[in-house]
Amino acid sequence: MNKAVELKQGQNELFADPDADRAREFFRHKSRAMVNKVTTAQEAVKNLLHDGDYLAIGGFGANRIPTAILHEIVRQKKKNLAFAGHTATHDMQILIAGECIDRLDIAYIIGLEARGLSPSSRRAVESGKIKLTEWTNATLSWRIKAAAMGLSFLPARNILGTDTFKYSADKEILCPFTGQKYVAHPALYPDFAAIHVHECDVYGNAHVYGASVSDQDLAKASRRVVLTTEKLIPNEEIRRQPHATFIPFWCVDAVVEVPYGSYPGNMPYEYFSDEEYLKQWLNIEKDPAEFEKFFKKQVLDTKNFNEYLELNGGIEKILKLRAIEHLIDKK
Amino acid sequence: MADYNPMELMICVAARNLEDGATVVVGTGAPCAAAMLAQKTHSPNLTIMFEAGGVAPILPSMPISVGDSRTFHRAILASSMPDIMETCQRGMVDYTFLGGAQIDMYGNINSTMIGDDHAKPKVRFPGSGGANDLASLCWRTMMMTPQDAKRFTEKINFITSPGYLQGGNSRYEAGLPKGTGPYRIITNMAIMGFDEETKWMKVLNVNPGYSRKDIQDNCGFELKWAEKLVDTDPPHADELRILREEVDPHRYIIGR
Repeated sequence: MNKAVELKQGQNELFADPDADRAREFFRHKSRAMVNKVTTAQEAVKNLLHDGDYLAIGGFGANRIPTAILHEIVRQKKKNLAFAGHTATHDMQILIAGECIDRLDIAYIIGLEARGLSPSSRRAVESGKIKLTEWTNATLSWRIKAAAMGLSFLPARNILGTDTFKYSADKEILCPFTGQKYVAHPALYPDFAAIHVHECDVYGNAHVYGASVSDQDLAKASRRVVLTTEKLIPNEEIRRQPHATFIPFWCVDAVVEVPYGSYPGNMPYEYFSDEEYLKQWLNIEKDPAEFEKFFKKQVLDTKNFNEYLELNGGIEKILKLRAIEHLIDKK
Repeated sequence: MADYNPMELMICVAARNLEDGATVVVGTGAPCAAAMLAQKTHSPNLTIMFEAGGVAPILPSMPISVGDSRTFHRAILASSMPDIMETCQRGMVDYTFLGGAQIDMYGNINSTMIGDDHAKPKVRFPGSGGANDLASLCWRTMMMTPQDAKRFTEKINFITSPGYLQGGNSRYEAGLPKGTGPYRIITNMAIMGFDEETKWMKVLNVNPGYSRKDIQDNCGFELKWAEKLVDTDPPHADELRILREEVDPHRYIIGR
């Protein structure tokens, strides 16, 4: 293959700086101290997320999501955020309702998988008010992985030849060894990431169980990281099984204990998603005026996650969802 | 008319294409049902994978999300999205299934938007998700879809996931891995493959109750036809029983 190859590039905007040296300069000054980082969702969002930041959310749309942080971002009226729509489903519904996003990296948005499409998210994206750049799930995973590796890009073999590539900010490159054409995915270093975990200690050493999506890389790639956790555990629990540590303390800036904190999403091995509630939310979105009232009551007027959970059935509801998760037949 | 609906037919046909010992990445819905049916019939050693990280679960019920806890229930592995996608990129995944709003004669699929302005689409869909990745990297891509002339169109608005791109060798010249591409398009009316040279869609089997004319009338581009056109083997009684009783007893998918 000796003929000259024309290398193409995507035409849309890159919302995050892929430069590895600038990222290193930031991480050079990031605290390595193993200190108590326990705080509240309010404080974590106030201190770590700023208007205009690039935001990423751990988990998978309505699985293992940091609901308390998402609500707090809306209540604190954070604006002009860029968002990694890496199978963004219920997390995106919340951020769209709060009008927090003006730039969107799209892998999967608007849909709630088998549950249907979100009318609000759809209206927002079709309005033309949000800047859109296309990617794919693997692409966002690898962009985050490139950052976790401390690089500015990662080569891959997906996306080539498609309109998804054309409306991305990717570039084609040639392998210096084989001449094979690859796509270069730019590294994604988010300013802020929130990840919900099963358990962690006060320093942010965390355990996560089940499918991990991109969260291990996301914790490394992001400049500032807040963990919400089902429960706090003693540091001794971490040291007893170091092979099980999913995220180490030096990635983490803040820890917030939020039992049942993935509600209404699924928390593997703990409780299933509240499908009735998610369906109700989707239905109400069809009527913007009704939805405004619903969202005000659910998110804007609740003080914190506990109030929100109480409003939607509290522990009784969780017991039902726990039975569904564990396939327990409870009449 | 035999006693099954188009969805049941498509799922049974899809399942037969998944041989024992193969690997397949599936989403929620019909593809997951096809993989479960294959596993409960001729392919007990089919490895079912989900893009968020679940590998070889013993599915207690149909997942709602490709990342929910069902996708790694009693599984062999609960890993990550990059791990699954890298397994595809390494050439270890044989099959995948895609859906979409539009498909063209080269098997390119649109699940992104309708309209001609990307910044302000007339109708916006979820986008690629993992579809582009799986279509790029798995060996054989299949699609189950109802067939009509709007959905099967010569000019799709957006190529979200690659088929054979502009036909011929263009898919591999673009840099996508050699030997990959669309394999079967399974509709309510027919089963299509692709011409080896031109990569143009070609009808292989005609489903019971449909004619060549029905199939062409419900397709927006000129279809090619296999020299030996074979009637589709309709769903067998044991396939239907397992599909209805064990795979989808609540009729979430086959009731659609």
